[in-house]
Amino acid sequence: MEFITLFGPPKKKEPTVFEKIKEAVGKTKENFTEQLEELLQGRKEIDAGMLAEIEAIMIGADIGVNTTTEILASIRAQVSRQTLSDPTQLKNAIKEELRRILKVNYAPPRQVEEGNPFVLVMVGVNGVGKTTTIGKLANRFRKDGKSVMLCAADTFRAAATEQLEIWATRSDVPIVKQKAGADPSAVLFDALQSAKARKIDYVIVDTAGRLHTKNNLMAELEKMTRIAKREVPGAPHEVLLVMDATTGQNGLTQAKEFTKTAGVTGLVLTKLDGTAKGGVVTAIARDLKIPIRFVGVGEKMDDLIEFSADDFVDSLFAA
Amino acid sequence: MFETLSDKLQKVFKNLRGESRLSELHIEEALKEIRIALLEADVNFKVVKQFTDTVKAKALGQEVFESLSPGQQVVKIVRDELVEMLGGSNVKINFTSQPPTVLMLVGLQGSGKTTSSGKLSKWMQKNGHRPMLVSVDVYRPAAREQLRVIAKEIGVKIYEGGPDDKPLRLCQDALREARNTGHDVLIIDTAGRLHIDESLMQELREIKDTVKPHEILFVADAMLGQDAVKSAQQFHGQLGFNGFILTKMDGDARGGAALSIKHVTGQPVKFVGTGEKYDALELFHPDRLVSRIIGMGDILSLIEKAEEAIDQKAAMDSLEKIRTDGFTLEDFRDQLRQVRKLGSLESILSLLPSIGPFKDLQKAKVDEKEITRIEAIINSMTPKERRNDKIINGSRRKRIARGSGTSVQEVNQLLKQYAQTRQMMKNMKNTMFGGRKLPKGMKLPQMPF
Repeated sequence: MEFITLFGPPKKKEPTVFEKIKEAVGKTKENFTEQLEELLQGRKEIDAGMLAEIEAIMIGADIGVNTTTEILASIRAQVSRQTLSDPTQLKNAIKEELRRILKVNYAPPRQVEEGNPFVLVMVGVNGVGKTTTIGKLANRFRKDGKSVMLCAADTFRAAATEQLEIWATRSDVPIVKQKAGADPSAVLFDALQSAKARKIDYVIVDTAGRLHTKNNLMAELEKMTRIAKREVPGAPHEVLLVMDATTGQNGLTQAKEFTKTAGVTGLVLTKLDGTAKGGVVTAIARDLKIPIRFVGVGEKMDDLIEFSADDFVDSLFAA
Repeated sequence: MFETLSDKLQKVFKNLRGESRLSELHIEEALKEIRIALLEADVNFKVVKQFTDTVKAKALGQEVFESLSPGQQVVKIVRDELVEMLGGSNVKINFTSQPPTVLMLVGLQGSGKTTSSGKLSKWMQKNGHRPMLVSVDVYRPAAREQLRVIAKEIGVKIYEGGPDDKPLRLCQDALREARNTGHDVLIIDTAGRLHIDESLMQELREIKDTVKPHEILFVADAMLGQDAVKSAQQFHGQLGFNGFILTKMDGDARGGAALSIKHVTGQPVKFVGTGEKYDALELFHPDRLVSRIIGMGDILSLIEKAEEAIDQKAAMDSLEKIRTDGFTLEDFRDQLRQVRKLGSLESILSLLPSIGPFKDLQKAKVDEKEITRIEAIINSMTPKERRNDKIINGSRRKRIARGSGTSVQEVNQLLKQYAQTRQMMKNMKNTMFGGRKLPKGMKLPQMPF
């Protein structure tokens, strides 16, 4: 069973990130234009000033100094070898470099053994939108006719369980919870037992937001993955790191630390409907080879779409 | 860890011995490093550009001080300039003479408004005020419930209102309630929103026009990247906030966004959120954030923390004990407890600069459990044993190990450590004080390791 097929064949064409963002940004009076297009218009050759302006766009999108410098170095080399001279080609050359980085070879999650649920654990720092993303994911799986169960393992933050419960009601899925302050691993254990008994297809686990610098909280995550593995062979089948598009260069450290303790298998980039570009995921894809799986583009249930490197690269250069 | 800016600048200026002025060439080289360091710290690129221009103007032609290396000199210029940029007046909360003082917290989703509202109310309470909370976040599921739970935990009054009340109505009713019940501060927690969401921004403007808050505080995540400028500009343009709260500073983000926000809005950082607990809200100190942005650690915070947590009297007592050679295992345990009061050892280590003598310290993972174990071992001893470790023989060691759930090896190890510490302190006593009585007001370092 492959993850991609879990959503079934696409029934209707999903709106692209580009369209969604266009729609969101369209609410303001700003025009949705291509910054690169504007920059390159009417210019005959590639000069240093042009590259400096492109650098500013890339840095401004949070792509980061290292990745930007690397890409521009490759472009400069092409220019001096004269394989690249036309400004109109420049745009494609840069986008191609970015796409190459972002298209991380995606390894489908491990097989799920017969009679066991697919266990998906959501992790991330505080306030990135884990609970909201879970609500959207649950809705997605439900639409594909799968049975879903939510596990309220954020027992720390005030009213986190209540928040998840509301999402559970919205997409009409069962939720397993305990009282505030309970051991998250115990909630997880309960959920997995219950899911096995009820032959549930998907268990989505909400965890408390935690800064990756807090060792005891990170150890707690490690314990949870251990419990998951013990109760369901091969679990967790997917660990998604949720990251806010407004995050700057700290995102890379977050990805490193969460991968180390929780074995992150993919990223969800949220809040892309604002003006932030979320370019730090490029650095994450480049350094850690973690694929980006979904992007969040709004507050509605179906505002979670599959990541497409092409659309994302386009949106990086949109003003 | 990143190489710190100061390290990099030292390298740039390595060859600059014997020149009497900072040359343009060297400064250009240094500015490149400064630029990268600031961008890596998430300072907005436009702000960085302006900043480096200023530094260049100041650095050019400056005479090389005898006492400072050129690298240090540029670091000093950068530092001073950053402190100047981040500092400023109006950092204090403006309390009105006709209470209640109304504070409104605004910001993007997930920046930490609700948690900050709770922390702020606790801070107010600690400073002699009677705060009241109200949540007008009618959008996010269970947001109002979240603030209610927080209020209860802190023991602060919250105006709950009806389940279907609109935000504006909630604000007005809460204000009336605060006035009637003699609460002198009202803190309004608003829903997170995108700065480009016209209708939700309109809602905030309406609240502002009707309730007329005395302080509007923008809540910003320390991890924000380049986009911080846009959101802050929009919020400020539409609402005119008086300052901002920088949250999640207990992580390892450099917090350069604060510089961007201050620069584009002119409004100061008023508070910094530094932890999960409700008292983890601190007043802002520009110099500390600057040290963090350019990678020089935060020694001042550490010193202040230590001064707060360590009982001076207890420190003097243990000093007296060392002097009279009476430093027992009980004292050893007390010292451990004092150190723990500072917070987790890792948070202490993170405050130290990543250069000089502390370079490798940060990499050392401190096992918090180790301290718990040591405490358990000492707790399992009889008072007599604690006062005189010489009587702890083999069978006593076995008993202590059983009692504390450790092994005899661990007990042995602890006793050895204790003996070493004691010896160390004895030596220190002899060299430092020469057996004389300690001068008045002298403080003793409290690290037992």
